[in-house]
Amino acid sequence: MSKDEGIEIFRVEAQELLEQIEQGLLDLANNPGNKELVATVFRALHTLKGSGAMFGFDALASFTHHCETAFDRVRKGEVPATKELVTAVLNAMDHMRALAEKRPVAVGEGDALLAALERVVGQAESKAAPSLHPAPAAKPAGGLATWHIVFTLGADVLVNGTRPLPMLDELRALGACPGGACRISAITSAIPPLGKLIPTECYMGWDVTLTTGEPRAAIEEVFMFVIDDMTLDISAAAIPETTAANEPAPTPEPDAAAADAKTWRPDASVRVPAVRLDELMDRVGELVIAQSRLKQIANASTDMNLRSVAEDIEHLASELRDSMMSVRMVPVVQLFGRFRRLILDLARDTGKEIEMITEGETTELDKTVIERLADPLVHLIRNAADHGLEPPEERRAAGKPAKGRVTLTARQAGAEVVITVKDDGRGVNRARVRAKAEENGLILPGAVLGDQELLQLIFQPGFSTAATVTSLSGRGVGMDVVKRAIEALRGSLELSSPPGEGSEVSLRIPLTLAIIDGLLVRVGTARYVIPVSAVEECLELTPEQDLRSTGRSLLTIRDHLVPFVRLRDLFKTGTAPDRYQKIVVISTGTDRVGLVVDQILGDYQTVIKPLSPFHAGVGSFSGATILGDGNVALILDVGALTTSAAQHDQTPLRAAS
Amino acid sequence: MQAQSVTKTNALADLRDSGVEVLTFEVSAETFALEALLVREVLDNCAETYVPGAPAFVDSVINFRGRIIPLADLRLAFGLEATASTRDSRIIVIEFELNGDATLIGLRADKVFEVTTIPDASTEAAPRLGTRWRPDFIRCLAKRKGEVIVLPNLARIFAVCGQATAGQAGGGFQQTELHTVA
Repeated sequence: MSKDEGIEIFRVEAQELLEQIEQGLLDLANNPGNKELVATVFRALHTLKGSGAMFGFDALASFTHHCETAFDRVRKGEVPATKELVTAVLNAMDHMRALAEKRPVAVGEGDALLAALERVVGQAESKAAPSLHPAPAAKPAGGLATWHIVFTLGADVLVNGTRPLPMLDELRALGACPGGACRISAITSAIPPLGKLIPTECYMGWDVTLTTGEPRAAIEEVFMFVIDDMTLDISAAAIPETTAANEPAPTPEPDAAAADAKTWRPDASVRVPAVRLDELMDRVGELVIAQSRLKQIANASTDMNLRSVAEDIEHLASELRDSMMSVRMVPVVQLFGRFRRLILDLARDTGKEIEMITEGETTELDKTVIERLADPLVHLIRNAADHGLEPPEERRAAGKPAKGRVTLTARQAGAEVVITVKDDGRGVNRARVRAKAEENGLILPGAVLGDQELLQLIFQPGFSTAATVTSLSGRGVGMDVVKRAIEALRGSLELSSPPGEGSEVSLRIPLTLAIIDGLLVRVGTARYVIPVSAVEECLELTPEQDLRSTGRSLLTIRDHLVPFVRLRDLFKTGTAPDRYQKIVVISTGTDRVGLVVDQILGDYQTVIKPLSPFHAGVGSFSGATILGDGNVALILDVGALTTSAAQHDQTPLRAAS
Repeated sequence: MQAQSVTKTNALADLRDSGVEVLTFEVSAETFALEALLVREVLDNCAETYVPGAPAFVDSVINFRGRIIPLADLRLAFGLEATASTRDSRIIVIEFELNGDATLIGLRADKVFEVTTIPDASTEAAPRLGTRWRPDFIRCLAKRKGEVIVLPNLARIFAVCGQATAGQAGGGFQQTELHTVA
């Protein structure tokens, strides 16, 4: 591992730790008494300090050290976690982030932050002094407990630099209170004969009987840095059973300890560069293709053995593909979590009271999609808080609770995930939208527009309704940027806003960028894939209708006129139409267009492959895929097709007039 | 460090003296050559997929080991007559830097000959006059066994032919008839 690589890994780790700290602090602000949270934050600070020092981020390490020291006092219960203290640490955290990213920081900023933190800790201490001091005094008196601890360390802990002795010393220290006791004996049964002994491995286990006034968590904390790599069994025991537990339990923490451990060890996980996942995905895609060729050969053969092997491989390949998909999926909680701080900042900057409610955080989405959703969602949330929610007085006057509410929801709907950002504010001001659109020349003065059409104007480039430009939003780069970002993800976006009741923006996002559900169609001799998510319905175009509609490419579907395009003409296949052509009606939001194809071949799950720079500009295609027989099929770009169809819908009119 | 760079230059000079290793192939009865270093693989003809609206020079894609790569036709760059594909037709897959990204591109060839070394002495710049081809599409010409071998300037060809028609290909809709009866 090169040094740069190490630094890169540290940066990622620091990012995660800082996120953990931030979440912990935000939770703590709502729930100041929660010891678990305090411990979580403390541990994250501690780890950040440690790894920072290891990778040469000395400024970060020393700064974090001071925060950790301050927070240690909270952990020990000497200082309560007041709101001011949490804010001070949050501010300090931003500084840490800058240090971790090696961004330039103002001279003295760190010292100022630390001074502020110190001051707040001092205040909190004096505030808490009368109520808190009796508590520690009461603790030892609150009953000693005897714990029976059996632990063995992983074979390679010594190589990794863990020293068991300080751990034993720490345990002993826990028993060093009045009435406390600590008896440690070594479990030596696992030590192999000398000939087989590898001197760098740890074969020892320890059996500790500890009488202490400290809680169980304090014991677990001793093992905090090695917990992943050891077996640990802590039980409350009055009678020491030295012989019973010689064989350590194969599963560590069989009881409550498991739950404890989870709070700070999110999940045993492996970090892998996304590129490698993509490569793996490509290989799986190729495997699936090779497998379907094999299947064709096997089906043509009479060899039963070949057939059964081909079948096995088919199962394995499809399972492999499914697991590959799931590897890329992450819960949206990762995304939603980031917005809590945003809401806090927005509340402070706007002077409004805002609460954020999240639902469906366990909904999973492709990692790349999650990353690319962050910015659009920030825009939407800012808009909701800045434009949507009213100031408290206005809300009270309207009979609403003073606290504005922004709700973030995620749910899965088929192959899509729907994410909504909803506020209970004043709703979109139609009159202002209209005035602004007229002013910007987006619509003619007095143009007759449906409500939805009017709302859609918000998504036009350069549109912004904020009368004054605030630091939060209103720079006119809002909603059109959001719309473009969502469309780039092959998603769509809807806005509904009953006046006075707030507004709701729904984003429909495909589960993954790598795979789509497609409808395989044939046009002439070539096959194309249409994303199923865009397909509204499939109809037959009878020869009579076809003839009748020459020179007029409009179709009446349930009293709606829908323009249609003959893909045979568009792609200049030069082939005669099939006798029973089909129309696939596709839609993107408000635009609908029918695509005339020769045959619908069926549903097809498709691995999307990008097109080369030569073909990226062609416009009608968003990508390509490899079919079961190894041939390539192009994926139609629904957005581009509907837009150009809509444009052409108007062009002849203009030309005629 | 200095000594090293000196030897490196010497090595390069040696290489230049000894010429450049190329793969020779035939397109419409003309012999072309590409630096062997660029070539990834030579494929037998495989199923092509036509991309409607794409520049004629690269109007198809093929499946190259799970990757979808464009298939370019040098004939169109040099205004040569198209020939029907034969048993000898091959696709030469090269890796070429396009807009900073290493891109795999297939090139049609009627016949692939051999990997050979063209001595530097036998090459000359494309004559400014006297060829029916765009001089900027030719990196140099080499003579070998009384035959002229063309080393095409791929970067230039891709830049010109790959994009030239891309704009008008943008919306295939231009060509379709969409009449609206109000």
